[in-house]
Amino acid sequence: MDGTIITPVVAPTPAEGALPAPGVLRRVLGHPGLVAGMVLLGLCVAMALLAPLLAPYDPYAQDLNQRLIPPVWFEKGSWAHPLGTDNLGRDYLARTLYGARISLLIGLSAMLISGLIGTTLGLVAGYLGGRVDLFVNFIITARLAMPVVLVALAVVAMIGGSLLVVILTLGLLKWDRFAVVMRSATMQVRALDYVAAAEAAGASRLRVLAGEILPNVFPHLIVVATVEAGSAILLEAALSFLGLGVQPPLPSWGLMIAEAKSFMFFSFWLIAIPGTALAALVLGINMVGDGLRDVFAPEGRA
Amino acid sequence: MLAYAAKRLALAILVALFVSAVAFALLRLSGDPALAIAGEGARQADIELVRKTYGLDRPLIVQYLDWLCTIARGDLGQSLYFRTDVSGLVADKLPVTFWIGGLSILFALALSIPLGVLAAVFAGTSIDRAALAIAVVGQALPTFFFALVLMMLFSINLRWLPVSGSDTWAHFVMPTIALGYYVTPPMMRLVRAGMIEVLGSDYIRTARAKGLSGTSVVFKHGLRNAVVPVVALAAVQLGYLLGGSIVIETIFALDGLGYLAYQSITHKDFPVTQAVLLLLSLIYVLLTLAADLLNAFLDPRIRVS
Repeated sequence: MDGTIITPVVAPTPAEGALPAPGVLRRVLGHPGLVAGMVLLGLCVAMALLAPLLAPYDPYAQDLNQRLIPPVWFEKGSWAHPLGTDNLGRDYLARTLYGARISLLIGLSAMLISGLIGTTLGLVAGYLGGRVDLFVNFIITARLAMPVVLVALAVVAMIGGSLLVVILTLGLLKWDRFAVVMRSATMQVRALDYVAAAEAAGASRLRVLAGEILPNVFPHLIVVATVEAGSAILLEAALSFLGLGVQPPLPSWGLMIAEAKSFMFFSFWLIAIPGTALAALVLGINMVGDGLRDVFAPEGRA
Repeated sequence: MLAYAAKRLALAILVALFVSAVAFALLRLSGDPALAIAGEGARQADIELVRKTYGLDRPLIVQYLDWLCTIARGDLGQSLYFRTDVSGLVADKLPVTFWIGGLSILFALALSIPLGVLAAVFAGTSIDRAALAIAVVGQALPTFFFALVLMMLFSINLRWLPVSGSDTWAHFVMPTIALGYYVTPPMMRLVRAGMIEVLGSDYIRTARAKGLSGTSVVFKHGLRNAVVPVVALAAVQLGYLLGGSIVIETIFALDGLGYLAYQSITHKDFPVTQAVLLLLSLIYVLLTLAADLLNAFLDPRIRVS
């Protein structure tokens, strides 16, 4: 079947990373998964930013006469509390909206910290090679050997749970994928001619790293960063769910599920609402990551 | 091969030592061990006495090496909360975690290999996109939320399975699904990518040209070659699973290492936490070592580079 198509032996390949801007925009818009992901993520960001305007009540205000009211689509629900109230009579819509802030804040800041550590390690190891590379490889392997959930739980239990502690713990633990991907991407780029040209022109190592290598491994960095932000959000939710993440009364989605767990057999919506919000946010982030991977590397590296 | 194996083994030993140092530091950072042994409200003189008897006044590095010798003999200390031998406690819980980890990996393989092959054979069609959608949604679902949904569905609404505990095989069904589904997406992507590459290769074209049937080409010639890296990934994922089982075991009250770790952390029983950390890390180190050696054995290019 394919016999009729004649492929030239040496096909002219466009330079990697040198994409004309209009092409990128067209490819972004032509990728339905990426657009859907951006819409989903955009909705969550809007929820977080506009929470004070959208929320009908204070997310911390308790009303013990209005406990466990079901959402509006149930028989006993009312528009006064569109998503119902929790066991302390706090408005669930307000808490869900403010919960987006916590998830996004944690995802973004943990990703920035781990990205900084992992990218530095990966770039340096990939560019310098030799003993430095051996050392970084050892650090990565050692870090991977320790189960993140266990170490994070132990650290939070020792220091005490707060937003800052959770962000720092996740940020300082989850740099491994950044380091792995940046290291191999840098190794590929290091062998290319323009790096040799910069070195021959007398550019310092730092300048080669920042000026030649970083811009060319940047697409990989963006893809890892999105995936890691999503994974940090899930991890925070899991820690908070186990009671060793952010502490009450903060409206973290993981914490909301933990607080609702004892009521879930009668009021399943109490865990379904924050759970769906969590899944939707991470789904949006992952779809953006997947889409960006396709846009940056259309030949596909699954 | 021998040179590669020796190098890889040296790395594994170094990593194991590093992890043991972290585990040691964890116990020390958690508080003064002399105070823990002497008990709350002990007099200063008693604490000093404990410090001397247990050798806690020696330099940290000496204490670390001493501790290393102790754990090498299988003595992991005493649990502060359960008031028993940590080694016995951990040995008791290990089988449950091994079962749940092994079953989850089998579940993930049983799901990811057919899905990955389907997606690769029908690459670019709606079947491919459906398989990919399963993977994308799977990666976004929080494990604990998925576990609660399963619980609600199978235990409360359908009444097919017990809610929690670890007495019968039925107790393992939901944890296996919840944990296995979590590692399915990366494995499925790997099967798909491997199959697409293999199906485009020359020997597949030869096999087709010989007139072999489609299924024979896909399964006998294709899958066999694409599945090798998946087995290696499965070994690594098993290590992840053992860590991830903390959440799942806690939700389903499965009496394994993960639940033990959670209990030890909430009760500040750090000797147990330390032991679980050490054990899970060691298992991971051994699994990745085995996976790397297997890969190098099957693919000579890895050994040389």
